[in-house]
Amino acid sequence: MNTVIQLAYFIAAVLFIVGLKRMSSPRTARQGIVWAGAGMALAVLVTFFYTGLSNYFLMIIAIVVAGGAAWWWARHVAMTDMPQMIAIYNGMGGGSAATIAAVELIKDEPLNFSAIVLAVLGALIGSIAFSGSAIAFAKLQGLMDKTFYFPYQQLTNLAVFALAILCGIAVIVEPSGGLLFLFFCLSLAFGVLMTLPIGGADMPVVISLYNALTGLAVGFEGFVLGNPAMMIAGIVVGAAGTLLTQLMAKAMNRSLAKVLFSQFGVQPGAAAERVEGSLKPIDANDAASLLAYANKVIVVPGYGMAVAQAQHKVWEFCRLLQERGVDVKFAIHPVAGRMPGHMNVLLAEAGVPYDLIHDLDEINEEFATADVALVIGANDVVNPIARKDANSPIYGMPILNVDQARNAIVIKRGQGAGFSGVENHLFYADNTRMLYGDGQKMASALIAGVKAV
Amino acid sequence: MIEGFVALYIFMLAAFVGYEVISKVPVILHTPLMSGSNFVHGIVLIGAMVALGHAETGLERLIGFIAVLLGAGNAIGGWVVTERMLEMFKESKRGNQ
Repeated sequence: MNTVIQLAYFIAAVLFIVGLKRMSSPRTARQGIVWAGAGMALAVLVTFFYTGLSNYFLMIIAIVVAGGAAWWWARHVAMTDMPQMIAIYNGMGGGSAATIAAVELIKDEPLNFSAIVLAVLGALIGSIAFSGSAIAFAKLQGLMDKTFYFPYQQLTNLAVFALAILCGIAVIVEPSGGLLFLFFCLSLAFGVLMTLPIGGADMPVVISLYNALTGLAVGFEGFVLGNPAMMIAGIVVGAAGTLLTQLMAKAMNRSLAKVLFSQFGVQPGAAAERVEGSLKPIDANDAASLLAYANKVIVVPGYGMAVAQAQHKVWEFCRLLQERGVDVKFAIHPVAGRMPGHMNVLLAEAGVPYDLIHDLDEINEEFATADVALVIGANDVVNPIARKDANSPIYGMPILNVDQARNAIVIKRGQGAGFSGVENHLFYADNTRMLYGDGQKMASALIAGVKAV
Repeated sequence: MIEGFVALYIFMLAAFVGYEVISKVPVILHTPLMSGSNFVHGIVLIGAMVALGHAETGLERLIGFIAVLLGAGNAIGGWVVTERMLEMFKESKRGNQ
């Protein structure tokens, strides 16, 4: 029987890798998750026949209760809330790895030295991923203030982390229940402290980092349990997640260290400089006719579109423009929304074909030839100050060159600054018009406007 | 049981596989792929099952039970979220063919 289980784990590991590979291409992505899902189902199923297991009743209860709740929740949550769902489910994985370590460490049967070290390391990383992801979830869900600062924050964080490591070493050298408890408390506290000051556009990078950390923790616990499927899946995710985190940080021109240790948008002097020009509002009918008579329109969606659930209305509007012969394209900034690809997912939901959706690199040259750039709830990613002002906290971040289009129309709810807290110079430019209102309502108004033209 | 250097080789090779698998991904798939990898580390569930299955004292059972709860949440929640995202990709494609 054991051979069958090992073989099943082997097949599951292959299915995970093939699944991830398939998920990295749009055409095969959907099969990818099915393959990976089959691998998971197989691995879980054979685990019931693992030799020497008991507590089946508890096991099934836990799987049914948590699985059912997770299933229901994930089914019913709005597409726009997906980033925080990933955060919370990822946190659960980290927590699970940490609790596995706890069970293994409090057992009487002694583990060998390398297993103890890896169990403690996995527990540390898993706990950080757990509490950090929980905070990230709370922030994205709006349960918590965006950022949280206190004096000597970096120093405190460092001290807590150092204490957690010391405690971890003490647990390895001289295991005791009290120390283990303290170790877990410190690790969890560090995850919280580390995430508190991070906010805004840095959030997706942090979630991706925690995803990688959970992968690592799972891999380490896989070693402790002598389970190759866990080792392979965990380490593959750890490596893939690390690379993804780097890609995301790079897209924002921020190093990972900056994301974690510098506080976004609070640099003194950033808010001091004045913006020239004024905000020039436009009403929906005028905006609609400007768009209707354009030859080429580039739509730039941002988080505001996601919040307003405006993607369907926006696409309906764009189809009307297409019927009038307008060349419509979508430009997606790598970090538009709260995650890379967030906008792509929402536009795909609305039914926008892939070939209309372009990355920053593909389309940035084209803004100069566009008659109108329509910005829907995007802010920092179109702020030309990122190119000009070396003192700005977003300086150096690649942006979409909306300011080079002949006209820009910005749909925006109010006059506030972007997530970074930086004033947007685009909004004050001579060729920019502001269309104030909720993204969905304004898109509807534009639809009515174009029909009336 | 996997010992010493064999484990190290597994770690090393798996790390390269993870790196390679994701290195040429278009931005359009970053979020689904992050979600997909989030699902894959839900494999922690089988470790949690083994930990709970081998638990003997009340405390071990309690912690093991929590481990299975969390692991099942990760695996099943992660799958549904990813599936829902990729579902939309499929529909949008069909709708425009």
